[in-house]
Amino acid sequence: MAETREIICVTCPMGCTVQATVENGEVCDARGQACKRGVAFAREELLDPRRMLTATVALKGGVLRRSPVRSERPLPKAMLLRAAEVLRSVTLQAPVAQGQVVVADILGSGVDIIASRDIAAEVLS
Amino acid sequence: MNATYDVVIIGAGAVGSLIARELARYQLSILLIDKNSDVGEGTTKANTAIVHAGYDAKPGSAKARLNVAGNRMFEILCGELDIEFDRCGTLVAAMDADDLRTLEALRERGIANGVPGLEILDAAATLAHAPALNPAVRGALWAPTGGLVDPFQMALGAAENAVMNGVELALETLVTGFERQCKRLQGVVTDRGTFYTRWVIIAAGLWADDLMRKAGLTGFNIRPRKGEYYVLDRRTAEVMRSVLFPCPTPVSKGIMVTRTIHDNVLLGPNAVHVDDKNDLDVTAEGVDEVWQGALKLVPGLDRRDVIRSFAGLRASGSTDDFVISIPDEPQGLVVLAGIESPGLTAAPAIALQVCEMLREAGLRLDEKPGFNPLRRAVPRLAQLSLAERRVLIEQDPRYGHIVCRCEGVSEGQVAAACHGPIPARTYDGLKRRTRLGSGRCQGAFDLPLVIDIMARELGISPLEFTAKGGASRYLVNPEEAGG
Amino acid sequence: MSLPHWDVVVIGGGPAGMAAASEARAEGAERVLVIERNTEAGGILPQCVHNGFGLRVFGSDLTGPEYASRWLRRAEMAQVEFMLQSMVLEINADRRVLVSGAGKLHELSAGALVLATGCRERPRGALNIAGSRPAGILTAGTAQRLVNIEGYMPGKRYVILGSGDIGMIMARRLTLAGAQVLAMAEVLPYVSGLRRNLVQCVHDFDIPLHTSTTVTRTIGRERLEAVELCAVDQHWQPLCETARTIACDTLLLSVGLLPEIELARMAHVGLDPLTGGARVDESLQTSVPGVFAAGNMVHVYDLVDAVTESALRAGRQAARYVLGNRLTTAVTPQTIELGVNIHHVVPQVLHLTPELDELVIELRVRSPIEQPVRVEFLADGERVVSQRLRYARPSEMIVLTLKPDEIACLQRAEHLSVNCRPWES
Repeated sequence: MAETREIICVTCPMGCTVQATVENGEVCDARGQACKRGVAFAREELLDPRRMLTATVALKGGVLRRSPVRSERPLPKAMLLRAAEVLRSVTLQAPVAQGQVVVADILGSGVDIIASRDIAAEVLS
Repeated sequence: MNATYDVVIIGAGAVGSLIARELARYQLSILLIDKNSDVGEGTTKANTAIVHAGYDAKPGSAKARLNVAGNRMFEILCGELDIEFDRCGTLVAAMDADDLRTLEALRERGIANGVPGLEILDAAATLAHAPALNPAVRGALWAPTGGLVDPFQMALGAAENAVMNGVELALETLVTGFERQCKRLQGVVTDRGTFYTRWVIIAAGLWADDLMRKAGLTGFNIRPRKGEYYVLDRRTAEVMRSVLFPCPTPVSKGIMVTRTIHDNVLLGPNAVHVDDKNDLDVTAEGVDEVWQGALKLVPGLDRRDVIRSFAGLRASGSTDDFVISIPDEPQGLVVLAGIESPGLTAAPAIALQVCEMLREAGLRLDEKPGFNPLRRAVPRLAQLSLAERRVLIEQDPRYGHIVCRCEGVSEGQVAAACHGPIPARTYDGLKRRTRLGSGRCQGAFDLPLVIDIMARELGISPLEFTAKGGASRYLVNPEEAGG
Repeated sequence: MSLPHWDVVVIGGGPAGMAAASEARAEGAERVLVIERNTEAGGILPQCVHNGFGLRVFGSDLTGPEYASRWLRRAEMAQVEFMLQSMVLEINADRRVLVSGAGKLHELSAGALVLATGCRERPRGALNIAGSRPAGILTAGTAQRLVNIEGYMPGKRYVILGSGDIGMIMARRLTLAGAQVLAMAEVLPYVSGLRRNLVQCVHDFDIPLHTSTTVTRTIGRERLEAVELCAVDQHWQPLCETARTIACDTLLLSVGLLPEIELARMAHVGLDPLTGGARVDESLQTSVPGVFAAGNMVHVYDLVDAVTESALRAGRQAARYVLGNRLTTAVTPQTIELGVNIHHVVPQVLHLTPELDELVIELRVRSPIEQPVRVEFLADGERVVSQRLRYARPSEMIVLTLKPDEIACLQRAEHLSVNCRPWES
């Protein structure tokens, strides 16, 4: 039986409302999106919702005290809180390079958590 | 029991601190006590900050006499203690015929009180003085000896100078009672122990009546009267330079519109009796009353210029006048109570009078040879010339690092405030010493920077840094709430 | 004594400043200096650790630090000079600049100035909330800096007032950091930030959102202990019978951003009361010749990509001013009338010279219209530009880019206006 769901696409700041019709676990129709990314998002949102995870982790020996990190790709939405909890116990050692893997394959998701900036080591005077 | 001190002063507001500084001229051992984490944290910190000319009080009253006498002392006092003061003159505006009659009465009262230079201006002359004033104004009383001061700096300046001259200061010390021997007080009991002394001076503002009762004196009560205020952005002070009072009512001098010594504009206060001496809550009705009252004087005010609201409590006593006395019993006690407006203006004269009363009561006042009457405030960077700033920055590069954008306060000033004779230990203490955080962003920019600087200067963990002592911490332990 | 001189001095090293400076170099300005108060360039970006930046400018979804590092690399490649940890104390209309920093006071002069001072958050004082004045009340941006840069936690149990983007982003950030966000209150009947943030920051984490609701009182003498929430009527007046108290230790304010115009005022730059920022013309020049404005100090943008795009134009025009390549402005300046449902327009002033080949109009509407709308630019009542949008919301800036033939239509007109209303079928 067909069912129509409203999904707000978060791919870009436009935030289109997509009316997605689902039948037999498949999106068979989508309306309201300004571009085709809306269709892809609606499909994923209904079948396997995912989000980027961004956070900061503790940093030792750097010119800053925190290192910002991100998931290299979107993670399953249901994993966000647990993944964030894992990151709360991570401490990096400076220097940090942008793109450096901070936690590989977090919670077995197949997604790495990477550093999102360079941070130099503190120069001891 | 031998007395440890000659004098213990309870209350480090403007009055208590000025008494401490006055007594520090003599060979006495003095302790100044306050329950708060800084000096001037009671009535001193939250009032209209006006040096009154002296036409308000009833002729012959202590208020009238000490107001006029205190007013005359400000140039020398503020010069010695490096306190900002501006004898800019004040106006009482008359909006109708009744008001004009009130002005005449005020002028006569002022003349009786010995206030110099009072003058009644016609509408044109009034508007020339205060162009922002409601054009419907009918005239005004001009009091050239009125002025603006920083009340916290008065308490701090006096207390720091007292400390420099040997007075001991005990903050966060709460007086819980007194020890007596026969008819004489001999000790002040606090949560940090008992201090033995020959004389006790109660200068405790709102709490004077509670302490009097503890000392066995009944019949005097303080019923706080709350006054609420708005602070406006400096932008307003560019067009509103005057000190404007409405015509007074029987209970209050009315809701005024005034520039402050720091070039903000202050609106207020209203006057509402409250029962709780800790009730500094701002109320929606109160600030609305303030706004409506202020608009009557200056119709062009813009709500978007409001940067802060606050409330203060007046220590209104059950007598109309200041109580400044040495009771027959218990002996060894000086009581100062009901020191409401014009208490700030009168404070320097009150301090002199207290010294005289003690001398007459038999306390030996021998001058101390090394007394130094001069004290310097934390440098006020924003007021210095470029050359002066350069010199400071050369001495300490931290004066080049601006941490408060709105008020132009540098890391050097923060450090200086932490290492003065009475160090800033809280954010509010820092704010009152340097103006940091009191501009239009209200600390949004400086707070993250200041937490680290203060933790370093005070040698504490950032988690221990507070807004105003006690439980007023800014941060929680990240272990307990993520991180 | 001659002062050290730069062709273009950019005040502020955030996204606007970095873009303006890079573009000024690309346009041919020799010496370009960026003055930044922080220890590194980037402005607010280093603390914006979330993603969502760069989709328009770079075509990829970047975090704040990543977006900043791309622009920093560009600026460095363009040999832009940086003066860090330096606060500009004064500027004047002759483009002299007084800077405090690095243990020294500097005075310098500029051929052209670009003000890229960004914006600041509206503080509590502007809100008129009754109650006590305890610790634990701070702006969302200050909390963001404490958490993401300093590594401090300002509280455990939060209420957020305002549904601006920073507030929503902090709701998610704090939740991920292990804190509790108990409520988010918005005085308007709709969320004031972007819808994507409503979904991924608020809905995803089941944060209770209360629209048409405000905080009416703060409770607690030393540290915040609770706040009082109240529903409001359509005039934003609290309905007292709806008051309820929520125990919390922190109140975050996300109630709007205001252009940072302190320095602009010093140089006597004309301001627009509707935007709170500098009044600019089509080249982003302010009312003071040679002083340009870029980014959030003109009007507050909702996307950093849009800040960058406007700053590129400001940097380009500043370079042209210095190089003497600027289009003449010896024509009568025109203003744009704000028509139906238009809150403000940038630029406020147009010099419609024959040579003008680039004109970007940015505007915001007053009230949301949740159905297709027509945004139209009229010259003497004639529709010169008409754009159909699927909806119009105050939180989403609308941009009209005029083509040369459309600009030509404006040049002959006496009266210009803009409207936004439901699309008539």
